[in-house]
Amino acid sequence: MTSSVPDAAPAPVWAVFDRQNDLLSAVAEVRRLGLEIVDIYSPYAVHGLERVAGFRRSRMHRVAFVFGSLGVLCALALQYWTTAISWPINVGNKPWNSWPAFIPVTFELMVLFAGVGSIVVFLGLSRLWPGRQAELPFAGLTDDRFALGVQPSLGTAQGAELAQLLRDHGALQTLIGPPTGQEEAR
Amino acid sequence: MAESTHLRQPWILGAKTPHQVTEDVAGLLDRRPTVLWWSALTASFLALAVGVVAVSYQLTTGIGTWGLNKTVGWAFDITNFVFWIGIGHAGTLISAILFLFRQKWRTSVNRAAEAMTLFAVMCAGIFPVIHMGRAWLAFWVIPYPNFRGPLWVNFRSPLLWDVFAISTYFTISLLFWYLGLVPDLASLRDRASGKVRRFVFGILALGWNGSYRTWIRYESVYLLLAGLAAPLVVSVHTVVSFDFAVSILPGWHTTIFPPYFVAGAIFSGFAMVLTLMILARWTLGIGEYFTTRHVDAMCKVVIATGSMVGLAYITELFIAAYSENPFEKFAFLNRALGPYAWAYWIMVTCNVAAPQLLWFRRLRTSLPFVFVISIVVNIGMWFERYVLIVTSLHRDFLPSSWSYYTPTVVEVATLVGSFGLFFTLFLLFCRFLPMIAMAEVKGILGETSHD
Repeated sequence: MTSSVPDAAPAPVWAVFDRQNDLLSAVAEVRRLGLEIVDIYSPYAVHGLERVAGFRRSRMHRVAFVFGSLGVLCALALQYWTTAISWPINVGNKPWNSWPAFIPVTFELMVLFAGVGSIVVFLGLSRLWPGRQAELPFAGLTDDRFALGVQPSLGTAQGAELAQLLRDHGALQTLIGPPTGQEEAR
Repeated sequence: MAESTHLRQPWILGAKTPHQVTEDVAGLLDRRPTVLWWSALTASFLALAVGVVAVSYQLTTGIGTWGLNKTVGWAFDITNFVFWIGIGHAGTLISAILFLFRQKWRTSVNRAAEAMTLFAVMCAGIFPVIHMGRAWLAFWVIPYPNFRGPLWVNFRSPLLWDVFAISTYFTISLLFWYLGLVPDLASLRDRASGKVRRFVFGILALGWNGSYRTWIRYESVYLLLAGLAAPLVVSVHTVVSFDFAVSILPGWHTTIFPPYFVAGAIFSGFAMVLTLMILARWTLGIGEYFTTRHVDAMCKVVIATGSMVGLAYITELFIAAYSENPFEKFAFLNRALGPYAWAYWIMVTCNVAAPQLLWFRRLRTSLPFVFVISIVVNIGMWFERYVLIVTSLHRDFLPSSWSYYTPTVVEVATLVGSFGLFFTLFLLFCRFLPMIAMAEVKGILGETSHD
């Protein structure tokens, strides 16, 4: 897409690693040089990587809070309306709005809304749904390979120089330009 | 410091690389099923068939086929319900509470334990539905606008709280389990050789590619779900205990019930996880992932919760004596010395005495011994619910209506059927899905249990 523009930003450089410590040191180096990280692929959540890479903390807890609050409100509204307005029934001479007895159901619906809501939002934000084709830049990324994409800017290390730098940090293979798909990494 | 530190063996043996983990765990699905697996599946399926026949008979004839009488209106099936719900709780404890406590050994066990939770909750759900008598009207427990008034459900009843607690519990457990499976399903998709497998795992993996932006959100959602599931599991068994504690029946009307039930649930659930994992270790050769150190850690939880249950038994007796309430005193004396004393003492032996042997390290690390103890504990915990329910009912305030309850063949067949369902589902799970959380195990490779 960008290749037709003459003064476009330099091509991204991709590197494949097979050890998480190599990946972590390469990411730290790339960050030290002030280069932008396009993305990182890993087969498992590497402890501390988001801190080294400087990725923004997820704000999913806010989503859960909003859905949880919605659950509480819905649960209280449902129980109040059914037992105090729609058809009040005397149960053990409790008041119509016997809210302490409503707490267990309110708690359960809070958990249900917060849990289901955060999963649905997570799947939506991450563009995950049944039948979606996985976009894997290299092979082995769900097994034991890590991939790091770096976007150099003008005036920083780029191209072959950047690729060499990543190889010095233990990259098995480097690629200048966007990966076309299942490049052989094994 | 460093030289005084006693470095213990790592949680995962055999100095595995991440690739070996994929091959070991996913390789289990490539192997042809063994004769042992086929015979286990056949036995489980036959048990399930017995249950299907029994349930069909009850549904068409009515629950008069049970041994209930005017005095004992709750017995075998509520026992089974509480038993299965309790089994399920260990899965959530391992996956959620131990995750929050950063117990890394959970990674070898959590997938199977969560699957066990789902299957146990399915088994549990069957019993109250049958108990309704007209199971085809079970949807009446859901508050939906209806043409009966609209007559709403009674939100002040613990039985309705149960409906909400258990359906939420099942939903959240299922989502939590599936969320944990997604990265592993992607691994299976990418190594699948057959077309069918690649297609099926491709759909199930939701297009997961391991991008770090997704991983960050994923970790966050996983933590949130763990944080939600931890109080949820406590609430579910608390609500189950309210089914009894909120009534005014001596023997049921006790404030100790919620913590006592939760401890008992974890106790029996851990025992069931041990039973299943030791069997899996013997038959599937996962000894490098599920080591004696895992068994050791789980046995410690069994001793702790078993002792809590023992403490609760003593507290109940003490409070009954201290209350100076003749009905309360009678309920507990009758429980320990009355017609059901045999069941009471089976319960005490299996739940309080037997697990104390696990204080010995040598016994804790002996797999055959732990296997036997885990089954003994589950027999004891089944009897706990039986004793609690039946002995509190069978001699009520009016001696002329005292009676003795014995289950009928139909009821026993239903229990057998629930075990059939549970083991059928678990055996199928072992064949078709990775029973060890690969993506989580890869993250703790090389770490010793000292961390």
